[in-house]
Amino acid sequence: MIKDYFLIPWKEMHNRKLRSLLTLFGIIIGIASVVSLINLGQGLQQAITGQVSALGNDKLIITAKGNPLTAGLSIDAIKITTHDMDVIRKVSGVKQAAGFLYSSSKIEFNNEARYFFVDGFPTNKEENTLINSAQSYKIAQGRNIASGDRYKVVLGSEYTNPDLFGKDISLGNKILIKEHEFKIIGFWQKTGSPQDDKSAIIPIDTYQELFQKNNELGLIFVQINPGEDLNLMDAKIKKELRKSRHLKEDKEDFSIQTPQQLVSTFDTVLNIVQVVLIGIAAISLFVGGIGIMNTMFTAVLQRTKEIGLFKAIGATNRQILTLFLIESGLYGLIGGILGVLIGMLFAKIIEYIFSQFIGSLLVIQFQWTQLLAIIFFSFIIGCISGFTPARKASKLNAIDSLRYE
Amino acid sequence: MNSAKTHFPKKEILLELQDVWKTYQMGSESLDVLRGVSVSIYKGEFVTILGPSGSGKSTLMNLVGILDIPTRGHILLEKKDLSHLSESALAQLRGKKIGFVFQQFNLIHTLSALENVILPTIFQNVPQTQRIERAKELLALVGLADRMHHRPNELSGGQQQRVAIARALVNNPEIILADEPTGNLDSQSGKQIMELLTTLHEKEKKTIILVTHDQSLVRHAQRTISLRDGKIVSITNK
Ligand SMILES: Nc1ncnc2c1ncn2[C@@H]1O[C@H](COP(=O)(O)OP(=O)(O)OP(=O)(O)O)[C@@H](O)[C@H]1O
Ligand SMILES: [Mg+2]
Repeated sequence: MIKDYFLIPWKEMHNRKLRSLLTLFGIIIGIASVVSLINLGQGLQQAITGQVSALGNDKLIITAKGNPLTAGLSIDAIKITTHDMDVIRKVSGVKQAAGFLYSSSKIEFNNEARYFFVDGFPTNKEENTLINSAQSYKIAQGRNIASGDRYKVVLGSEYTNPDLFGKDISLGNKILIKEHEFKIIGFWQKTGSPQDDKSAIIPIDTYQELFQKNNELGLIFVQINPGEDLNLMDAKIKKELRKSRHLKEDKEDFSIQTPQQLVSTFDTVLNIVQVVLIGIAAISLFVGGIGIMNTMFTAVLQRTKEIGLFKAIGATNRQILTLFLIESGLYGLIGGILGVLIGMLFAKIIEYIFSQFIGSLLVIQFQWTQLLAIIFFSFIIGCISGFTPARKASKLNAIDSLRYE
Repeated sequence: MNSAKTHFPKKEILLELQDVWKTYQMGSESLDVLRGVSVSIYKGEFVTILGPSGSGKSTLMNLVGILDIPTRGHILLEKKDLSHLSESALAQLRGKKIGFVFQQFNLIHTLSALENVILPTIFQNVPQTQRIERAKELLALVGLADRMHHRPNELSGGQQQRVAIARALVNNPEIILADEPTGNLDSQSGKQIMELLTTLHEKEKKTIILVTHDQSLVRHAQRTISLRDGKIVSITNK
């Protein structure tokens, strides 16, 4: 029987398309922002966790102090250098230290340009191994870069996908990085990190030449000797670096982080941003709900005579309540479905823009149960917003309503 | 006169009003719109409630149609006193036993003629296929088989009133209550509606209660109840 109850509200909404559309607008915007924000947030969180968990528990990461999001990208004036690395190597308990440079750069092949990360890795075997293990890079085809290599490149697994540049790339092909030709000598296995899988690794000397970076480093990995305490080593290295950089305690212009710290720093920032954004989305949902309520109050007023008629032909108060609740619920449901679709589209657009300019750091994976839950939630918002108007409709006096003009 | 007798071999009371009062409270003043109305309506009869404007005809009709409850007095439908029933029980009973026909037709403009006719069945519990069949039959009965999918605003006044009559019949009610059903129609359409009501009375054996201030419609009915200032002044048989 419930099915029949949809007929009247549906025809009514159909008949007043503009009003229905305007009513839906608020709820669509609210739901769309909830969907896109939640998914973008989750995507970012996964990207960061995936990056950092590969590091392992015997390593420290040293970067110039600054915003963790821009660390190593040389945006800040403060720099770390090969000299710092030498200082670190002399600290007792340090097994090995290796630094590398990276930045987003134009990569061309088959006359198509893309922006991905280009990393300058040391060619020295030991240092190279440390970085590769920290970044979980393993050779799939060809070989790794080695001493003496110049203008050679090892590409991430994504490059083997012909869709990336619209053409197959194979060993021995030439690729343009920052307008310079590089010969492809190897491919990495898939690491699972979308950003790393699209990175191009070149020798550090070539990198410094190409990007004019001299003795600068973006990031230094430090591996400590087995049995050493990570926190003690952190303090020791900090002290030595402070000394060599002539800095007072607590005035450090560099930072030393363990992998766990790195994750939690990002997480905290991300959580705050997400809470704020979702708060804004919640407000727009609330406004959307008020919009539905307003439309339903208007509808009850406009259809007073109709309600009187329903009562005359045998509708109980409860049936009239149901009828109007279905109408407002439908607003919530339709608004929810459209909102989810638009939110998904929006998240995918952001993902695409990210991949074009920064590299595929962000991968949005929608969870259907979550999307369905959001649609259901929107339906409930519709029902709640419509409850007071529906109650008003059900309580109308039949005779007065029939006389209403 | 004789024919009336043959119509009712035994007069079975369908509806009975016992000293019914309706009083409206308007601020400090109270207005007695109905003042002690007692009357019985018999199963299968065609009765007119006649009276000048403001005499309380519509008020009486709303009570008979159990859309309203009396301030004082009792209404019995099939010997059952309605004053003890809950609001929703009254609604259910109204849906089953009574079909309203209004002066302003009161069709839903967003729905087609067919959907308008089906509407009352939605609030009962009639199976889907059965109700569509019945609605189509009724539209054929009122001569609108070819207009099923038209919206009310695509129909003439007379056609709209015929849709309304089909709607009143869909739950197969005992009583058809028509309050000035020809009031908004030209004389030709009005005549058709009266003929239709007469047919329903004669062929379908429906109890018809017609409310009007139009003396000329009285001839269709078997009995006429005259109302003035909220009181019955006369009941005449044809
Ligand atoms: N809700 C109400 N509150 C106050 N007075 C009312 C109300 N409903 C009806 N009345 C009064 O009751 C009287 C009878 O009204 P009713 O509608 O029954 O008259 P009627 O005989 O149907 O008249 P008409 O032929 O014009 O339709 C009128 O004086 C009207 O003003
Ligand atoms: Mg009246």
